[in-house]
Amino acid sequence: MKKLIFNIIFAFLFLISSGYASEIHEPLHPEWSFKGPLGKFERASLQRGYQVYTEVCSGCHSMDLLSYRNLTEEGGPEFSKEQAKAMAAMFEVQDGPNGDGEMFMRPAILSDYFVSPWENKQQARVANGGAYPPDLSVIVKARAGGADYIYSLLIGYEDLPSDMKIDDGVYYNIYAKNQRIAMPQPLYEDGVEYTDGTAATPEQMAHDVTTFLTWAAEPKLEARKRIGFKVITYLIILSFLLYFTNRQIWKDSH
Amino acid sequence: MSDNYEPSSALGKWFDKRLPLLTLFAGHVLPYPTPKNLNYWWTFGGILTFCLVAQIVTGLVLAMHYIADADQAFSSVEHIMRDVNYGWMLRYIHANGASMMFMAVYIHMARSLFYGSYKEPRELIWIIGVFIFLLMIATSFMGYVLPWGQMSFWAATVITNLFSAVPLVGESLTNWLWGGYAVGSPLLTRFFTLHYLLPFLIFALVILHVWALHVPGNNNPEGIDVIKGSQDTVPFHPHYVVKDIFALVVFLVIFAGFVFFVPNLLGHTDNYIQANPLQTPEHIVPEWYFLPFYAILRAVPDKLGGVILMVSSIAILAFLPWLDTSKVRSAKYRPLYKQFFWLFIADVILLGYLGSQTADGLFLIIARIATAYYFVHFLVLMPLLGFVEKTKPLPKSISEPVLSKEEREGQSTQSV
Repeated sequence: MKKLIFNIIFAFLFLISSGYASEIHEPLHPEWSFKGPLGKFERASLQRGYQVYTEVCSGCHSMDLLSYRNLTEEGGPEFSKEQAKAMAAMFEVQDGPNGDGEMFMRPAILSDYFVSPWENKQQARVANGGAYPPDLSVIVKARAGGADYIYSLLIGYEDLPSDMKIDDGVYYNIYAKNQRIAMPQPLYEDGVEYTDGTAATPEQMAHDVTTFLTWAAEPKLEARKRIGFKVITYLIILSFLLYFTNRQIWKDSH
Repeated sequence: MSDNYEPSSALGKWFDKRLPLLTLFAGHVLPYPTPKNLNYWWTFGGILTFCLVAQIVTGLVLAMHYIADADQAFSSVEHIMRDVNYGWMLRYIHANGASMMFMAVYIHMARSLFYGSYKEPRELIWIIGVFIFLLMIATSFMGYVLPWGQMSFWAATVITNLFSAVPLVGESLTNWLWGGYAVGSPLLTRFFTLHYLLPFLIFALVILHVWALHVPGNNNPEGIDVIKGSQDTVPFHPHYVVKDIFALVVFLVIFAGFVFFVPNLLGHTDNYIQANPLQTPEHIVPEWYFLPFYAILRAVPDKLGGVILMVSSIAILAFLPWLDTSKVRSAKYRPLYKQFFWLFIADVILLGYLGSQTADGLFLIIARIATAYYFVHFLVLMPLLGFVEKTKPLPKSISEPVLSKEEREGQSTQSV
């Protein structure tokens, strides 16, 4: 009786949910080194990903929550201090006021946050046909599908089907909502020249930059999984000990 | 139960004579006679107490770093995640802790429903429990608003707008709540203040809940009274202290699984987008633990009607001791109620699913039927069953169903 009722309910739910199947493409599921209970970021991929971000994405997208010192931290791209200092120095930030009460520009240092390509949101909108390029600091956690979705979106640009019309300033991307996105295709073959000699295919660049963005969104991921493994091991051993203690205590009580 | 308790150390004696804290503790924890047949569904009270303390402790540290301001809240939470030592762990424990606490409270409530723990003489324990549940709802809702992501903002907007359904004063009331004409910093700061306050009120109610429990003592799976001074009870310590800790540690394995491996699974991705009053998310959904009530709210085409029904769906619980007319507590001996109990659980899960979907078409029709059934369960079935149900014979004592046939015979000859 009980079982029957459950079966009817679930059959029903299945029917209605399948009727609402979406037209959105299921994102690709590439291999990620950071997936799984003991996953870690691939250091070289993070470093390449930073390169893709600076040379491609950062033209339009800010990353307000990251600072250059993060690039040297454990569990991240782990650039050396010298490398990170040099990377920071490529950007200028406003500082001041100085002794004369004047604001001045100086090269960025490790403690500075990633320099935004825009003075303000409105400037970003105007430059991008009204669409604001979202900040990428936590983008991987802010989209359903996470890394898989971001990766798919970056390589999801295809030729517009002949039976489809699309507005100016909107691009066709099979993984985007309604297959439309305001971001033009960002990654082309050899769009960057990797310093470590890796071939810069769109898939490779998408993979690297998504790894980098995943780290940016979850910089403590490695520590979290490492500590979590210890915590769970400890708790399981403790639960076995308690189980036997409990049995011992109760053995005369039934 | 502990009238003759006396501390063993000289300092203990000195202290207890002036402030009998030790006697109080000894009476309520150490030898407190507890039915010996409690199963693992009875461990969730202890688990909930742990969760409450864990929420208060992690919340305290988070509050040291959090900034309750519409412009800074989102980045201050990210500052906790990135720069505060183990801040990510504290926040994930706190955020998932709310979910774990609701999971535990729903099991705790379902256990009461199944074994009739709300019935005479335990009505007040249950009613205090309903108030704790109400405060939990308020606390977690306000806590969810604090990170000031898109879902935070729009959940706050939707829920505070419900007050505008109040006749005549609705609009003024809503503006008073907001501290302005829209959801913004004034609302955020007052939510933060209340979010900090309410857990301590919950804590106070938990003390009353346990105090009231210790007057009649625990209910048990047989739903019958213990025979005083018999083999029916065991001292709380060590029997239930260790059993509760064991259950707690198993619970913590699951808790830690969420915190360390899928910390964002129960949250909504949109809440990692900073609140934007100009952009409404496609679907505004509450946290999973509110979904059944959300489905009830949306099942009614009228705003005020929806609010009344949603509030009633929780308030009705407080009247349960009188809506249930059956003298038999445990569903073990109530063959019909047992079926309807599971049907009710299925109904709530169905409502939860519907709460996560859009409220239109077929979903809306099913949600209305499920909402109606929710109330039928309490208002029709519960009162009716007491009259029509033929209950199974109850055991004479707790020891009876546990003992084997020979032991039982041996005992009866002894008692003769």
